[in-house]
Amino acid sequence: MSQNSTGPIQPGQAAPHEQITTEQVSHLASLARIALTPEEIERLTGELGAIVDSIAKVSEIATPDVPATSHPIPLSNVFRDDVVGETLTTEQALAGAPEHDGSRFAVSAILGEEQ
Amino acid sequence: MTDLTRLTAAALSEKLASGEVSSVEATRAHLDRIAAVDGDVHAFLHVSDAALETAASVDSRRAAGEALGPLAGVPVAIKDVLCTVDMPTTAGSRILEGWVPPYDATVVRRLREADLVPLGKTNMDEFAMGSSTEHSAYGPTRNPWNLDRIPGGSGGGSAAAVAAFEAPLALGSDTGGSIRQPGAVTGTVGVKPTYGGVSRYGAIALASSLDQVGPVTRTVLDAALLHDVIGGHDPRDSTSLTDAWPSFAEAARAGAASRSLEGVRVGVVKELDREGFQPGVHSLFLKALDTMSAAGAEIVEVSAPSFDYAIAAYYLILPAEASSNLAKFDSVRFGMRAKLPNGGTVEEVMAATREAGFGDEVKRRIILGTYALSAGYYDAYYGSAQKVRTLIQRDFDAAFAKADVLVSPAAPTTAFPLGEKLGDPLAMYLNDVTTIPANLAGVPGMSVPMGLAEEDGLPAGLQIMAPAHEDARLYTVGGALEALLEEQWGHSLISQAPNLAFGEEFAAQEGAV
Repeated sequence: MSQNSTGPIQPGQAAPHEQITTEQVSHLASLARIALTPEEIERLTGELGAIVDSIAKVSEIATPDVPATSHPIPLSNVFRDDVVGETLTTEQALAGAPEHDGSRFAVSAILGEEQ
Repeated sequence: MTDLTRLTAAALSEKLASGEVSSVEATRAHLDRIAAVDGDVHAFLHVSDAALETAASVDSRRAAGEALGPLAGVPVAIKDVLCTVDMPTTAGSRILEGWVPPYDATVVRRLREADLVPLGKTNMDEFAMGSSTEHSAYGPTRNPWNLDRIPGGSGGGSAAAVAAFEAPLALGSDTGGSIRQPGAVTGTVGVKPTYGGVSRYGAIALASSLDQVGPVTRTVLDAALLHDVIGGHDPRDSTSLTDAWPSFAEAARAGAASRSLEGVRVGVVKELDREGFQPGVHSLFLKALDTMSAAGAEIVEVSAPSFDYAIAAYYLILPAEASSNLAKFDSVRFGMRAKLPNGGTVEEVMAATREAGFGDEVKRRIILGTYALSAGYYDAYYGSAQKVRTLIQRDFDAAFAKADVLVSPAAPTTAFPLGEKLGDPLAMYLNDVTTIPANLAGVPGMSVPMGLAEEDGLPAGLQIMAPAHEDARLYTVGGALEALLEEQWGHSLISQAPNLAFGEEFAAQEGAV
């Protein structure tokens, strides 16, 4: 391939066969807040590579003149009247929480020691 | 006495209305059937302990002369992706084990308002990610036609429940085929309505631009009756359409009564009947086309070249949206929370919870979606996939200019053996090749049984698609085709399914000796 395959690819341009690395998967896992094990990272790296290879073909026909569709049947300005409706009670909202103090959700420390 | 579990919902509701049968009797018959066969089928994750009480209250209101809806007193199973205030709702995931929602999904509320009797919650691939129900954290569901085969997915539990006569009706959800593909491989009927036709309020979201809730039944008329109950505008879902929908039951009855497809242009989508489909499925499809043609339909071939890119676009859009939707499982407001030895920060607890609470397929798709949405890749992957979506809609528009409905096999194969594709995510993804385009474009689709494949004697389904908002057309054409095929066969397809009640029979025999 003649094009630089390390930079971001553009629509309409053939997708590069970029090698997905374990470092990348590990970074994605931290973005997604999933504490993957090293074995899972290893396995996902291989699987993701194969999946991305097969789905990158979308860029073959997604030329610049084609508009994007985000929603199959677009509706615009879906508003409701600004009146108080039915809402959950505090009790209901807290009912499924793993930990609460009766009026608020309880969590562990927000900041770690080094922060 | 008639076995009440063998009746269609339409037939059962007539007997309920005439007083010949009570809802308590009908509900008890289904609970007994569940007790007899669900140990093998595992369609249910939870069986309601309130069903008989609900049924009794419907009976007493009917006895008091109250006017009730057409499906009042009829039992129904509910896919576990739908919130129910009186039953746990897990979406097949460990992370939501035991969670009881503080509100009902709108479709569930409508079932209750129409006096149907909720029987329980059905198994599914975790967060509806899968085509075999093997990705459920609570173990797979088995296909009632052959217990070593998959029931399809993600709604394998709902399809298996109706196929095994554990419920006459069920609700499903369809993001890429999760109602239609299970329908095809279990010999049942499943409908994905027009996007926005049925409320998703209280349906745990997988991919918000694709998800639709719909009926899972054994007959076209039953699907229509259930669609009539759950459909229509819901102010709590901002994607809900405000269309005034016609009676789908009337459409289904008209189709079945006419047994005719005179003047209907049936488009065969070239790209959805490929090399590599199971030969027995392909030949049933050709036979179904002959049946339609003999009934007066005009068969036209249509081409939709961008459908070849549908799976690729789908496996970018779905993981991208799913990775965002599943961010809510943060161990704070609902679901499980992992315990760390040192307590840990909220982020560490969150990451440990998601590691322990999500299964492999969910992690795979979240990571894929996070990748597709990352800076530098967004335009090339997610952006391109959205453009493919436009091209697919244009192909549908062109096809519907030539045809009133489009048809294809509803799944490329019959039910495959459990475990066969579990280690190969890409092979699993290909199961939805025929159903995904309808989700990307928002058009309605139905799977209706078209026969048993000659290789393995297992059911296959025909998919019928109509333009957006034209769901009634599915019921008219589907109702006519179902009537024509059953006339040819001399029976319904589902009547050929194995009886399954060997547990019960065995017990009876044991008792005899």
